[in-house]
Amino acid sequence: MARGLHRRTGHQPRLTTRQEYERQQRRRSSFIAAASTFVVLVAVLVFVPRMPRWDRVKKSFFDVDQMGDSLPRLIDAFWLDVKIFAWTTPAIFALALLIALARNSRSPALFPIRALAAAYTDVMRGVPVILWIYLVGFGVPGLGIARPFNSPLLWGSVALAMTYSGYVAEVFRAGIDSVHESQRAAARSLGLSSTQTMRHVVLPQAIRRVVPPLLNDLVSLQKDVALVSLIGPIEILRQAGIDKSKFANFTPFVVAALIFLSVTIPLTRLTDYLWQRERRRTSGTRVAA
Amino acid sequence: MTPKVSLRGVSKSFGSNTVLRDLSLDVATGEVVSLIGASGSGKTTLLRCVNLLEHIDDGAVLLDGDEISAIGRDPNPVRRRVGIVFQSFNLFPHMSVARNITLALTKVLGQSHDDARTHASDLLQRFGLAEKADVYPDQLSGGQQQRVAIIRALAMRPEVLLLDEITSALDPELVGEVLDVVRELKGSGITLLIATHEMGFAREISDRVCFLHSGSVAEIGTPTQVFGSPQDERTRQFLRRVTN
Ligand SMILES: Nc1ncnc2c1ncn2[C@@H]1O[C@H](COP(=O)(O)OP(=O)(O)O)[C@@H](O)[C@H]1O
Ligand SMILES: [Mg+2]
Repeated sequence: MARGLHRRTGHQPRLTTRQEYERQQRRRSSFIAAASTFVVLVAVLVFVPRMPRWDRVKKSFFDVDQMGDSLPRLIDAFWLDVKIFAWTTPAIFALALLIALARNSRSPALFPIRALAAAYTDVMRGVPVILWIYLVGFGVPGLGIARPFNSPLLWGSVALAMTYSGYVAEVFRAGIDSVHESQRAAARSLGLSSTQTMRHVVLPQAIRRVVPPLLNDLVSLQKDVALVSLIGPIEILRQAGIDKSKFANFTPFVVAALIFLSVTIPLTRLTDYLWQRERRRTSGTRVAA
Repeated sequence: MTPKVSLRGVSKSFGSNTVLRDLSLDVATGEVVSLIGASGSGKTTLLRCVNLLEHIDDGAVLLDGDEISAIGRDPNPVRRRVGIVFQSFNLFPHMSVARNITLALTKVLGQSHDDARTHASDLLQRFGLAEKADVYPDQLSGGQQQRVAIIRALAMRPEVLLLDEITSALDPELVGEVLDVVRELKGSGITLLIATHEMGFAREISDRVCFLHSGSVAEIGTPTQVFGSPQDERTRQFLRRVTN
């Protein structure tokens, strides 16, 4: 009704002094953001090419012909990263969930299991990923297991999955802890067993809450997959290294970086979006300023 | 006749804090007993001991003469027979109203989804919530949530229902609709044990009123006795405080 009135008389709805002020503030900060971005861009475009060695850097890092030449090979090699990512992810989630459940068990009889699970997460989070990949990836095949179970690719993936399950287990555990005790009480009071309570009441709420941090870990995993190359498999990082040596040019690394970014940036944006949504849902009304 | 619920010399402590002291109470089948007493007097703990959400330290809790508090007993069969409704509703926020009700019907009683759903719809209908079946708890008012919580407990067809200050978390104007549900239950054969701060309601609905003072029964009797001519000085003091 009120809107129709404004339209008919051709007036914008009048802004209050406060709305007017906030609108000005918004304009001001947009202007500052745009201006500072512009200054930085100009600085980069003007000054970097004037650096004494710019020509050489340009040739060895941003060689357009080299890009076209390496791109198909690198994309091919990237497939292996995608595959490693695809088979380690479910393994990580399954293992992490088991460990988180073990750590959350309450029966006194299960103390050894709890202790074991705690030790596992401590060790996995305490050792650098790359070191663990070396140890497992070279160590286990070194035991003389028969093919195909002696492949570094297999054991490199296993090492990666082990490390990550330590981190992801902690995320799950935090999620499980965040579900209020009264939810368990309600479920148990209806006669549900502790397993049924976990499965139908606690876990669904816990997992919903930890989707953003889980995605965060997946972004890291997506990059760390490249570390498996250090024990042999020719995935994108190694392929880029091979190309670099062959053509004595670093452009393949830049291309590889761009390929990674094309996957990780969308994933990061999605994670951020889900964080914000979760924050809005759970943290109440924002303060004004 | 064997009491429906019987507490015999029950004691319970949390660390050094003794919450129930040698407490005894018998509740007959179909009886409505209200527990009144200051905050911290042990009402919630008593109710939680009856459906085994807490272990007692000493004494015994009996259901139909059967010692349900015995060490090592499976609590789940008991909880099917003894329902509880909490002050803070505790609905499952990730499930629709109907699913909140049918979860235990299917998982604990083994009913088919269709049967459970029909049963849930009937109950929702009976308590004026038929159109809320597919809504999620956060879209309901506090009063509606608490009514759903009562229905969720009732759906299990418990013999005993424990109500723990079910209106304390509600805005005053929503208290009535919840108490109406309880009024409807009286006389249906179900045994009700009600912890409450609503003295008027306790007086109206109870067969007997039990005044708890620091973990023991200080006075118990008909509402007329307890509210009309309290014998214990502590009861008199408490009633003076809450009626002012
Ligand atoms: N899980 C618990 N752990 C430790 N202390 C508790 C716990 N539950 C209740 N208590 C204590 O027991 C006493 C009685 O509490 P409660 O049974 O909730 O009383 P009421 O319901 O009458 O207010 C309080 O002092 C409270 O702090
Ligand atoms: Mg209480």
